This record gives sequence, C-alpha cells and structure tokens, in this order.
Amino acid sequence: MATETQTAPRQTALNAAHRTLKAKMVNFAGWDMPVEYSGIIPEHLAVRTAAGLFDVSHMGEIEIRGPQALDLVQQVACNNAAGLAVGQAQYSALLTEQGTFVDDIVVHKFSDTHYFICVNAANREKDFTHIQAQNRFKAEVNHTSDDYTQLALQGPRAASILQRLTPVDLSAIRTYRFAFGKVCDVRCLIARTGYTGEDGFELYLEPPASEKVWNALLEAGKEDGLIPVGLGARNTLRLESGYALYGHEIDDTTTVWEAKLGWICKLDKGEFTGRAALVAQKEAGVGRKLAGFEMRGRGIARDGYPVLVDGKEYGRVTSGSPAPYLKKNLGLAYIPVGASAVGTRIGIGIRGATVEAELVPTPFYKRPK
Amino acid sequence: MYPADYRYTKEHEWVKVTEGVGTIGITFHAQKELGDVVFVELPQPGAHFDASQTFGTVESVKAVSDLYCPVAGSVAEVNAALADNPALVNEDPHGKAWLIKLKLDDPKAADGLLTAAQYEEFVRESEETQA
Repeated sequence: MATETQTAPRQTALNAAHRTLKAKMVNFAGWDMPVEYSGIIPEHLAVRTAAGLFDVSHMGEIEIRGPQALDLVQQVACNNAAGLAVGQAQYSALLTEQGTFVDDIVVHKFSDTHYFICVNAANREKDFTHIQAQNRFKAEVNHTSDDYTQLALQGPRAASILQRLTPVDLSAIRTYRFAFGKVCDVRCLIARTGYTGEDGFELYLEPPASEKVWNALLEAGKEDGLIPVGLGARNTLRLESGYALYGHEIDDTTTVWEAKLGWICKLDKGEFTGRAALVAQKEAGVGRKLAGFEMRGRGIARDGYPVLVDGKEYGRVTSGSPAPYLKKNLGLAYIPVGASAVGTRIGIGIRGATVEAELVPTPFYKRPK
Repeated sequence: MYPADYRYTKEHEWVKVTEGVGTIGITFHAQKELGDVVFVELPQPGAHFDASQTFGTVESVKAVSDLYCPVAGSVAEVNAALADNPALVNEDPHGKAWLIKLKLDDPKAADGLLTAAQYEEFVRESEETQA
C-alpha cells in the first residue's frame, strides 16, 4: 500500500523572521507557524501588561463587492450588517441551514458595495465555497487571502507603540472601527480588533512589505516591552478572555444559543441561512449551554478530557489550559442546561482520576477600564 | 552540561545511583523542549515501577509528557518542592528538580543506560534531524 505524501505546510511572508527569532514552529491548519518565541508564559504576560506582536497571516480574507454585496452578506452571516458605517467592523458567523456554525468571522464595511471578511485559517476554502454557493445575488465574491499579511499588535501599550509609526490619529479609531493609512510608509488597513481581550490593532498589508513593518514595530516597541508572540499564547489569551475557537466551542454541531453567542444573531433583521432552525431551537429551548470552569482539585483540564456532571460522563472539555495571567487552570465545556448555574461542581476526567472543577462566570478575565 | 556520574535514557530521563538508591529526573534537553513547566504529577512512596513503565507526568502550558521509569524499583521519596514550584524543573533539572528516589531492584541496572557523552551525542543527532 503506497503511503500518502504529506504536502509541505504553507509559509507566511514572515517565516524567515520567525526562524531568525528562533521560534518553535508547528504545523497549524497546514501552515508552518510560530508556537512560541521566548515562552508561552512570558508572551502571554507581555500582552496583558505591555504589548505583543503576532503574525496571523494564516487567517483568510474574502471580499464581496457590487450593488448587491450587502444582500449577500446579510444572507450568509447571522449578525445584522445593514446598520454598519463605512469603517466599522462586526463579529458575526456563517451558518448552515441547521443553524450550526460554518465559521465565526469579522465583517468590515469598506463601502456600500465592498465588504471585507476575515475568516479562520482552517476554513479559508470552505467559507469561500459556502459564500459562493449562496450568491444568487450576482455579487462579486473574491478569495483574497494570499493578498494580505495580517499582524496583530495587542496590549495596553499597543496604541502608543503603533502611533510612533503612523500619521493616522489612532485615538479617532474606536474599538471595532478601522481606517486606511500608512504604517512606516506602507499602506495598511488599521483595525481596532483582536482576539486577546486587550486593546490593540490588526494590520492588513501587502506581503512584500511584511518584514519592514514587523521589524519596525518590534524596534519601536522594544523599550515598552513589546515582544513577538506565538500561537501558544494566542490560545491562552483568548481562552482567558472566554472567546470561542472554531473546532472547539463552535462547529457544525453547535448553535449560537448553546454557545452563548445569541448577541451576534439578529433574528429580526430578515431572512438568513439558518434562521428557521434557530427560531425553532429558541422556541424549543436549548438542552446544553457553554460554561466556563475553574479547576478546584489538583490538575489541568485539557481539550477533549471527559466532563462528569452528577458523576456521569456528559461530554468533553472544548478548551482547557493553564491561564498564565490569572494563574488558574481554566476550561470551557458544554453542560446540560439544568446543571449550568455558576457555582455547580463538575468533574474532569484526568488520566483515569476525576478531579473537581467549579462553574464560574465568563469571561474569566476582563481588561481593566 | 550533563553530569558524568549520571546515566541517561533516550526518553530524556537521568538517574544517579547512590548505594542502591536511584535519584531520577528529566534532562536539560527535555525541559527545553517542554517549555515552561506548570504541573508535575508524581507517584506515592511505596509504588513499584518496572523499567519503561510510566511513573508520572510533567506538564507544560501546551502539553502533557509521560515520565518513563529508567530502571525498576520502589519509590522511597518524592520531591515535594515541585507541587508548589513546578518551574524548578526548568531552573535546575539536574539538581533541585529531581523527581523521585527509587530503591532499585538491581543496583547495577543503570550501568546499561547511556553515559553523559552518549546522551549528548543522541541529543545532538536529534536536533540536527529536526532543523
């Protein structure tokens, strides 16, 4: 039997820069990506107390253009994009007919006839095909992932660091707003968005200029404690902030009601893919809800570990890990609605033993105002 | 780097034998590969392990790593310092972060393990193939 040769992982434009910085690399969603540079713990703490710089170019971009661009966006995504201003971004989701998740996304309104959607790395092709298949509106749908390098600069000092390199007045860009401007003379989409729970920016720029901007940011922020941050800390930061990760908290078996993402689902905006199923589930009520927990016994809950409710195995931990800033062992899991109140004790199966955990409110961490 | 009076395994554990008692830990290379150690799970005194049997785990932020017993014996002592200070494994893997002390079934069993020079060569070769 012939063995299948694995295709080599893809590389972002900053691959050489990561290797120069001696990053530990890993294959993530078919991409050769940095997991950590100086260590997950110092990188996580840097983002919470100073700033961190991430290469997230593996993420995808899909652009929708034309007079019916909004119609298509409204059809495929469950949040209401109709009220968006030019320069405004919105967290949303692509859904199946069953009302379950195809992907979570961020929609950016460039103009009445141009919407820019950021999607998960693992779902680039799937999302593009999904949107195209529903384009009965004759909007123009383009898969432009390879046209962009995406950097995330996150942390309390992110704005002051970035301001040194751009004439754009960053104080005029509020959370989930964006503007176009030059960052060290390179044209960028500067968005005040992120996945860490801190203030910060995501920059979208042409790949040839990647190393210039990456190096300039690291240099400009050095005195402030800015360091490069990998996917390891990206995961611990988003978990500490209670953010969902596709393939873990959300996938094609979960709905917005179960995942506590009802706030991105606007049933009253009109018809969209999955709406009927969601209306039905809302009326019938959900059977389970996503809950956050903290370990009370000695042990670390990890992705996929069994969850015991009233001593019986119920499901699996969707995400579990130590949380470096809060210095606790945290996790997320789906819990039967009847047992999902904060304070409920559950068990986590860790290598044959049951270790106690307690349901707590999420987000676990909220950045100080 | 690697003490000459210790013996080593390809699973990156070390053992130092003194009068029939083997002190066991993980190597500098092992802790470097793991990253920041956040949790160590060790057995109870009295437990017996055969060579290659799993006797505990060491966990980093991202991963759980099994600990393999280098030589057969019964647990005489467990390092209590690691419960509150798992980071010691990164700081002093060959010294203060010893994991367990075993009363060895055969005090000469460790003689068959890798010497410091052999282990260093093994690490060098594995790092070259990873580059």
